[in-house]
Amino acid sequence: MSTERMTVAKAINAGLARVLEENPKSLLLGEDIGRLGGVYRITEGLQARFGEDRVVDTPLAESGIIGTSIGMAMRGYRPIAEIQFDGFVFPGFNQITTQLAKMHFRTEGRVNVPVTIRIPYGGGIGSVEHHSESPEALFAHTAGLRIMTPSTPHDAYWMIQDAVACDDPVIFFEPKRRYWLKGEVDTEHRAAPPERAQVVRRGTDATILAWGPLVPVALAAAQAATDDGRDVEVIDLRSLSPVDFDTVIASTRRTGRLIIAHEAPTFGGLGGEIAARVSEHAFFQLEAPVARVGGFHMPYPPSKVEAQYLPDIDRILDALDTTFNPEVSA
Amino acid sequence: MDTITSQATAQDSLIQLLAPDGTRSANAEWDAWLEDVDLEAIQGFYRDMVLARRVDEEGTALQRQGELVLWVPLRGQEAAQVAAGRAAAPQDMLFPTYREHAVAMTRGVSVAEMLRTFRGISHGGWDPTRTGFHVYTMVLAAQVPQAVGYAQGIQRDQKGWDQDRVEREGETVMAFFGDGSSSEGDVHESMVFAASSQAPVVFFCQNNQWAISVPFEVQSRVPLAQRAAGYGMPGIRVDGNDVLAVHAVTRWAMDRARRGEGPALIEAVTYRRGAHTTADDPTKYRTRDEETGWDDKDPLLRVERLLRSAGVTQDYFDELAQEADTLAAEIRAAALAFPTPSLESAFSHIYAEPHSLVQNELAWFREYQAGFADGADGADGSDGAGATEIKEGTR
Repeated sequence: MSTERMTVAKAINAGLARVLEENPKSLLLGEDIGRLGGVYRITEGLQARFGEDRVVDTPLAESGIIGTSIGMAMRGYRPIAEIQFDGFVFPGFNQITTQLAKMHFRTEGRVNVPVTIRIPYGGGIGSVEHHSESPEALFAHTAGLRIMTPSTPHDAYWMIQDAVACDDPVIFFEPKRRYWLKGEVDTEHRAAPPERAQVVRRGTDATILAWGPLVPVALAAAQAATDDGRDVEVIDLRSLSPVDFDTVIASTRRTGRLIIAHEAPTFGGLGGEIAARVSEHAFFQLEAPVARVGGFHMPYPPSKVEAQYLPDIDRILDALDTTFNPEVSA
Repeated sequence: MDTITSQATAQDSLIQLLAPDGTRSANAEWDAWLEDVDLEAIQGFYRDMVLARRVDEEGTALQRQGELVLWVPLRGQEAAQVAAGRAAAPQDMLFPTYREHAVAMTRGVSVAEMLRTFRGISHGGWDPTRTGFHVYTMVLAAQVPQAVGYAQGIQRDQKGWDQDRVEREGETVMAFFGDGSSSEGDVHESMVFAASSQAPVVFFCQNNQWAISVPFEVQSRVPLAQRAAGYGMPGIRVDGNDVLAVHAVTRWAMDRARRGEGPALIEAVTYRRGAHTTADDPTKYRTRDEETGWDDKDPLLRVERLLRSAGVTQDYFDELAQEADTLAAEIRAAALAFPTPSLESAFSHIYAEPHSLVQNELAWFREYQAGFADGADGADGSDGAGATEIKEGTR
């Protein structure tokens, strides 16, 4: 049997183990990933199995982790760096944006830097400041980086392997509040290519686009919408750079309505870019303006109020309603 | 820590083997690293320095004439750079700042290639894998942790080698930075990582006294070499204008790293005799007296004095000056002959693998450019010519 039921966390762990097994040039590095197995235990057991040179407990410094990963990649290695939490990526932001993203360009294609950076992201886990952010737009905005985010165990298992195999740097955003979500993982049959968005629910009346932690919320909203007799399609974007605009535009042309949901603040978020593209390419098929559901323009709030901050089923359904009654929202 | 370095660190002494007046002083510990450096080898260093200085002058001249977007003068730092570059083995990897033109020349980077960076043709300019000399990094200190990571890769590659093979074929990395960069967090993190993993990397700091307009005293209350002790590595403070002393200490540090004994920090004390870049005006922040105070400590002058006292004749110096002028003329001609690049070529190196957004934008750009190709709409000559070039280049 090649199919096994496991959590997203276990799927990433199994995917990483397979990478380490198959590619001797691959290695994991980060804070607390070895002996402890990572604060989320994503790398549990890997140091014991592959040794301290392949699963490296680094000094506690994000710029150093990314900077040394770049150097190792130049040397022919495939480093997979873990940033412990979304809000801790910023000490490494300079190395990611001015160095990692631009090295291939700067060297006129002579140097590849196939570094994968794993970042647990998103809220809803009841944590303290800097542990619940969704900074994906900052990286998607930076040419030279690829951004992936899985939402299911099967995708997590395969996409982490795709990320490492890619000759470009990849930021791999892991939906941390879905780490314990279970699902079937087929370890023989690959998931769809990571840059391809997936229609995860077919529908005819509207399309909800989501990624990472909000995909299950979008699916639940679509299910709830059936009570109002609405048949809603759901797309899991999976890759945030490049964005599979073709799939999103084709779906919107069919359904005539698009709701984009992400945890990141709406202002300057990826939803705005996607809404603009869809408006350019599906304007005459749209029955209503593209609706966006996202975080507010505020730092991620304290956890006692995060439930009100995070897009949930009701907020998505509310946005869905506006696309059926556009004059109300106007 | 061995005796040499503990002494050096403890005394903060400035190691010097060749005085400004050209006098060679004996030093048993460091002379051991110069046993094969005979008069011919010293002439080789001198030639490197003379050519680098002439290239540097040509760079400034080209910028002043509007042919380069910027030039970063190295005047005054020739000894530190040549000595360090010549201490590296061919298989070693060097990570420069943006001022290491003399090091670049020791690595076989053609000056013409280097000028591509400063003429606005390329952000890189040369092949780092072929030359063992990484492209210039404009974000201060960002190359330093990369150098450490590269060295950690070497460690992994050399796992299982016996000591004999390590000493014969082993590879080492040199990370260049300046007194200004020494304040950057990346330098600190690099030293932590390098010491932690005992990576084969030598941190080579040219303390040229000025970070654009800010003097060294603002960066540090102590000599930078002293900081090494805090990381658990030896730190050496050397007269950066003394090509022999810098060569000796760098060889020592590189050899040590190559043998697997870990990182070291070298602080080469020198002086940036020119401007920070051609966009800078040093008269705003430092005195003429300070500048002229370094005239007699010039790195070329003391070697010239040594060579003359050893009997090297004027003919040698004349021929070298001629060679330098010829090189300058060649690089000028090469720089002016670079074809103007098209933006289209820039699309090819954003990603190593196909990226749909880039592909779509390139397709749009080609179509847009093609609209100008016929010149029927009265587009001016240069635009029309550029568009035609792009069209021909892609079909």
